[in-house]
Amino acid sequence: MKIPEGIKYSKDHEWVKMEGNLAYLGITDYAQDSLGDIVFIELPAEGDVLASGQPMGVVESVKAASDVYMPLSGTVKKVNNVLLDNPESINKDPYDSWMIAVEPTDASELETLLDHVEYKKLCAKL
Amino acid sequence: MSEYMSGTDSERKTMLAKMDYQAMDQLFHDVPTKVRLNRDLELPMPLSEMELARHMKALANRNVTTGEYSCFLGAGAYDHYIPSAVDHVISRSEFYTAYTPYQPEVSQGTLQAIFEYQTMVCELTGMDVANASVYDGATAIAEAANMACRIIRKREIIISRTVNPQYRKTLHTYARFNGQRVVETDYQGGATDIAALESKINSETAAIVIQNPNFFGAIENVKEIAALAAKNNILLITSVDPISLGVLKPPGEMGADIVVGEGQSMGNSLSFGGPYLGFFAAKGKYLRQMPGRIVGQTVDGKGNTGFVLTMQTREQHIRREKATSNICSNQALNALAATVYLTLMGKQGLREVASLCLQKSHYAYKRLTDNEAFTSCFPQPFFKEFTVKSRYPLNELNHKLLADEIIGGYDLGRDYPELENCWLLAVTEKRSREEIDRLVKKAVEKI
Amino acid sequence: MSQRLIFEVGKPGRKGYSLPKCDVPVRVIDEIVPEEYLRNSDPELPQVSEVDAIRHFTALSRLNYGVDSGFYPLGSCTMKYNPKINEDVSRLEGFSGVHPALPDCAVQGCLELLYKMDLMLAEITGMARVSLQPAAGAHGELSGLMIMRAYHEHNKEEQRKKIIIPDTAHGTNPASAAMVGYEVIEVKTDSRGNVNPAELRQLMSEEVAGLMLTNPSTLGLFEENIIEVAEIVHNSGGLLYYDGANLNAIMGITRPGDMGFDIVHLNLHKTFSTPHGGGGPGSGPVGVKKELVPFLPTPVIQYRDGHYMRDYEQPLSIGQVKSFYGNFAVVVKAYAYIMTMGAAGLRNVSETAVLNANYLMNKLKEYFHLPYERTCMHEFVLSGQTQKEKGVSTLDMAKRMMDYGFHPPTVYFPLIVKEAMMFEPTETENREVLDEVAEILLHIAREVEESPELVKGAPYRTPIGRLDEVKAVREPVLKWTPPRKNNE
Repeated sequence: MKIPEGIKYSKDHEWVKMEGNLAYLGITDYAQDSLGDIVFIELPAEGDVLASGQPMGVVESVKAASDVYMPLSGTVKKVNNVLLDNPESINKDPYDSWMIAVEPTDASELETLLDHVEYKKLCAKL
Repeated sequence: MSEYMSGTDSERKTMLAKMDYQAMDQLFHDVPTKVRLNRDLELPMPLSEMELARHMKALANRNVTTGEYSCFLGAGAYDHYIPSAVDHVISRSEFYTAYTPYQPEVSQGTLQAIFEYQTMVCELTGMDVANASVYDGATAIAEAANMACRIIRKREIIISRTVNPQYRKTLHTYARFNGQRVVETDYQGGATDIAALESKINSETAAIVIQNPNFFGAIENVKEIAALAAKNNILLITSVDPISLGVLKPPGEMGADIVVGEGQSMGNSLSFGGPYLGFFAAKGKYLRQMPGRIVGQTVDGKGNTGFVLTMQTREQHIRREKATSNICSNQALNALAATVYLTLMGKQGLREVASLCLQKSHYAYKRLTDNEAFTSCFPQPFFKEFTVKSRYPLNELNHKLLADEIIGGYDLGRDYPELENCWLLAVTEKRSREEIDRLVKKAVEKI
Repeated sequence: MSQRLIFEVGKPGRKGYSLPKCDVPVRVIDEIVPEEYLRNSDPELPQVSEVDAIRHFTALSRLNYGVDSGFYPLGSCTMKYNPKINEDVSRLEGFSGVHPALPDCAVQGCLELLYKMDLMLAEITGMARVSLQPAAGAHGELSGLMIMRAYHEHNKEEQRKKIIIPDTAHGTNPASAAMVGYEVIEVKTDSRGNVNPAELRQLMSEEVAGLMLTNPSTLGLFEENIIEVAEIVHNSGGLLYYDGANLNAIMGITRPGDMGFDIVHLNLHKTFSTPHGGGGPGSGPVGVKKELVPFLPTPVIQYRDGHYMRDYEQPLSIGQVKSFYGNFAVVVKAYAYIMTMGAAGLRNVSETAVLNANYLMNKLKEYFHLPYERTCMHEFVLSGQTQKEKGVSTLDMAKRMMDYGFHPPTVYFPLIVKEAMMFEPTETENREVLDEVAEILLHIAREVEESPELVKGAPYRTPIGRLDEVKAVREPVLKWTPPRKNNE
């Protein structure tokens, strides 16, 4: 189970990586592993304003569909359209497979997320 | 014990004893005493097989059937010929006693038949994808309307008054509860009034629903309506008679987005209204918004071709309240009957059936309107059904015809107050010239 | 063992039909229908003889497994034997050849059968009237929830837009609720497998329309707190909805109406022996208590002055939910079943179904984890979690069962049991069959210990191996493409 340092995690198994003023979001290794082969994803549109905890997309395997939640509030600035055609890359490398990039509404929300040690503990309990 | 259960009374006793129960009642100890029935159900005394057969025969004998009467009634259910082989296939218990093919390794028969069915529906309608079928023609429209609202993200449906009244009623029922608005639009000369339709399109419209040939039997200008829908970025849902597609242009070639219809005409008996099947096809880009089951082709570990239920994340058993529909069955055996029917008819036979319907209905139309008792209602071209106006009250006319073992046409005044004494007649390939001549003779006689 | 597609069989000129010659004067087609409305090219339908067609579909049928093939313990599906006489009577010309738009006077036999079936099902469920209009269980649910909503609206309680559904419920429950505009609230199942009354009490409010319950539940357990549950729901103005999927456990023993349910849907293709048809047609009648009768879908079958009739004059009705009146031929089969069984027979069915399930459960709990240790009703749920720890999943074991010649149970449902296996043997089977099945499952449990890889590779003896479902979704092939279109 890969849990890289230097990025943030949510309890719902999303990761957040800050680059400049943009937060890149994706799902974790744990999430992709429990779903199995990912065959389809749905993402929001550029310009959508979404609050923390709101569903921002869907990740599907053959027999399951999971909502992906916003780990923090913000405006969608970029959507990874390449990923829509190759959702299986989430299985291969979840941390390279960003789904959307948002401009956070409130930077302090980032502090409420877990670091890699805390997230590792969370996964160990599941 | 019943002949439908394999165990015996003494076996049951032994089984109870093995589990340390003294009486059957102990198995039900979780059922609170207060809610126990504590009496026998009040049902008729059980019948033996031969008594049952006699009882059922007596009930069946109290119905008028198309086997004994000449049927000119359509209005959504049609007396087409069903080749003998159809019933022989659907009577194979490997097909009819199986469940939904959730375990593909032991369900390839059902799955491959559905795959073939999906292909045939696409070929007939000119669409890219088809599902494994829904309940019937009416619910197919309601499901299609739902799908269109999801795709367009708007909540208003415009439906032509030339669509089967029962389909419209069903759509109204579904829409009332899921927050959609249904607007009906009028007809002109027996077909949808396109100018009136255009004036009803607004910023909330998601789709237009038409039927072709429509309820009056008339052929609609699908192409023009499709262009109108495309211009307004809304969808066109077209309900079609599958037999008509033996000669008429497929809706897919005219720009329809979703094509549905009542599939009863394809090898399914009338059976007082059911079970029938609703076929459902769409443009490929709408695949993920389709309701119902879909079968796809894939391979096993050794590379052998096989079939599975696919795109299942759309469905209720996975998506629950977010599913594209609550439907969790298809009319599998009816779809199988349709598949066998289309296989036997083939490309040549379907054209022949359609041509016979076309010729015979036009012959009947001419013979009727040659009399002054009947006048033409609409100028539109038609396929196998047409409307004439009678000088005589239809209710009485139909009852008198029944006495002569003729099932007359549908009284449109029941659903359209403005069409009092307008008679909707269906003439399929099963009606001989002699039967048509007899209908005309008797009908004119009565008047 | 793959069978060629029907499109790949046949040749131009072969035909599988015979039609009479046109006996009316033939007109040129484009004189009667303008050319723009006519088809330019024929659809790519098969071109085969009747022999070819029969051989093709017979070969396909052999790739299937049905109740007539053997043991079919699919939980919550009630795969009981489908009596043959019922097939015969439903095909009588006096039923199969009846046009549904005929006037009432011409279809008295059909209407009488429907009316009597309505009353018999009302007696079996403890309801006032039953509509045979819905085409399937999910359609019955949808109609039942429409009735619920129409009732609350009629009583000026439009605010009741939430519905409580247990976490063990079938997926159709929340899906149907969503289609009538209800918001779903989930109530958790407690450690004994019951709805937790304390939690339910907290969830109830003036915004709740009702509770949907399957009893016995999908865990195969009778809801022990049913009286209290009904009181809680009714006291706060809600209605109780009964999902009839599991009615096969309780016929003649207790009735949904007596337990306090207000609306019931039945599955004639489960409890009342009509065949499943490979996924349909079914029939999903919906029954209601007296105060809800005016809301039933139209038409309602009535008996007045010695005459049966279809009544459309129901101002409060939710309206029509499909064309004509129900899946009539399916209702005929279920009617024949009840007429054959009678009251004692139906009670016997339920007792035997419950006995068979308990007998098999007691044998299997030695080898598989039983999460709820109670007397079960007509079905029970085991967990394959012990085997999963050894790397063999429930799916693997299910596939292995096919190698031994029987259909697997329902797997991975209900969702609250890990690696769930849900067995419903039905009343059809005798003790030898159950003993044999238990032996095979014991054998598979041993295989999991001794040669797990063998089980993980199953099945080996079916017409085809495990199929690549990921490929099916990623590269969808949903129809056959004619060669001409490939070349385009």
